Amino acid sequence: MSQVMKVEIQRYRPELDKEPFWQSYDVPYTKEMSVLEALAYIKDELDPTLSYRWSCRMAICGSCGMMVNGVPKLGCKTFLRDYPQGMKIEALANFPIERDLVVDMSDFIAKLEAIKPYIIRETEQTPEDGCSIQTPKEMEQYRQFSMCINCGLCYAACPQYGLNDKFMGPAALALLHRYNNDTRDEGKEERMAFLNAHEGAWGCTFVGYCSDVCPKKVDPAAAIQLGKVDSAKDYVIAMLKPGE
Amino acid sequence: MSKRKPYVRKMGSTWWTKNNFHTMYIVRELSSLVILAYSVILLFGLNALRGGEAAFDAWFAGLTNPLAIVFHVITLLWTLYHATTWFSLAPKAANLWIGEKRVADNVITGSLYAVLGGVTVIGLLIAFVL
Amino acid sequence: MKRSNEPVFWGLFGAGGMVAALLTPVLILITGILAPMGAVDFSFARVDAFASNILGGLIIWAAVSFPLWLSLHRLYHCLHDFGVHAGNGVKAAFYGAAALGTVAAAYLLLF
Repeated sequence: MSQVMKVEIQRYRPELDKEPFWQSYDVPYTKEMSVLEALAYIKDELDPTLSYRWSCRMAICGSCGMMVNGVPKLGCKTFLRDYPQGMKIEALANFPIERDLVVDMSDFIAKLEAIKPYIIRETEQTPEDGCSIQTPKEMEQYRQFSMCINCGLCYAACPQYGLNDKFMGPAALALLHRYNNDTRDEGKEERMAFLNAHEGAWGCTFVGYCSDVCPKKVDPAAAIQLGKVDSAKDYVIAMLKPGE
Repeated sequence: MSKRKPYVRKMGSTWWTKNNFHTMYIVRELSSLVILAYSVILLFGLNALRGGEAAFDAWFAGLTNPLAIVFHVITLLWTLYHATTWFSLAPKAANLWIGEKRVADNVITGSLYAVLGGVTVIGLLIAFVL
Repeated sequence: MKRSNEPVFWGLFGAGGMVAALLTPVLILITGILAPMGAVDFSFARVDAFASNILGGLIIWAAVSFPLWLSLHRLYHCLHDFGVHAGNGVKAAFYGAAALGTVAAAYLLLF
């Protein structure tokens, strides 16, 4: 037995509209239906002009981030049954809207790239050098932060990024922490300037919403606070050894 | 020619009213209003104390005003709210390990509540007994 | 990117947050509620003796000064949250006030 839900979607068609507007669709649904499937129904059956991003449908590609009743969500991991009062869907907050639910994430991607999110070695290792062994404790220092799927929900949750997009933001700082705390990495010095800046860890006021909305249970807020501790130590060392 | 025309949404100054999590963040941050006021009241009290008995009694008379007591009840509740948020977030800023095991978040939070309880009991003992 | 001097203020803010969470509640209860309602003896002689004791004086100093760093730090950042882009002058005024309160409390206790 299927029910019908009124789904309101914020539309924006750059060639026609000055600003976004709300449009309402009646979507028949069963209890298994995700928001992503509802959007597919709308596009296939009701309105082919609707634009949205998606790929894997299983919460790993990070493409279908959107605001559902004002909360950042992955469309594929959010179900209509949990919104008996109806739902209002709009493009992921804090990013420029390209069209309908599609946002421009290039600033976010640039920030992820900037912090050098890869293992840096002073001398290249070859397979002949063997494995890089880590203890469970060493691995725990970064493991959860490596689960990030770059969906951008934490940026939509972060008022500091919304207020000032110079701020590096949760995912980039969590990734920075992830590589700085990997025993295989030797590139910490190249990343500290990002962490130490006003736009780095110090732009965070510990709202904590980034960790709350993360669909992969990564805790960027924790990474940033631990980053502040790292940066504070670095600050003291720089004071003791000026000119270095 | 590109038809791109990205639309940037403005946050304004009332963004924190639109999401419960953000509202509670601002409630947490604004606890500093009463915490600041209480520090200033103590500082005035300290100044009055150094001004002698008459000055101190005048300062203390101000505290007995019913409005002052209401203010202090609000201050106490709001400061306790600060404490609960502080304790629940503290584990995120601490990466404590005992041997090969990370100290669990609820151990850190629980210890902070225990310290608050201990300090409160000692404070009341000093006020009532000593 | 320029190195931020925020670690200094963050350290003081952290200390203030701890003091406000652990020590301030019982002090508010005593000085603001129990004493004014007559439940606790809050005579000049008694409070003066407490403040003259080294430990008592340290408690008063900590209770006055550290929460100033907590609250003025948060309120300064709140300005930004409310869309007020305060410059270095306002920053100096906020942290200057915290420093002034810290020194004043120490002065009043010591001299």
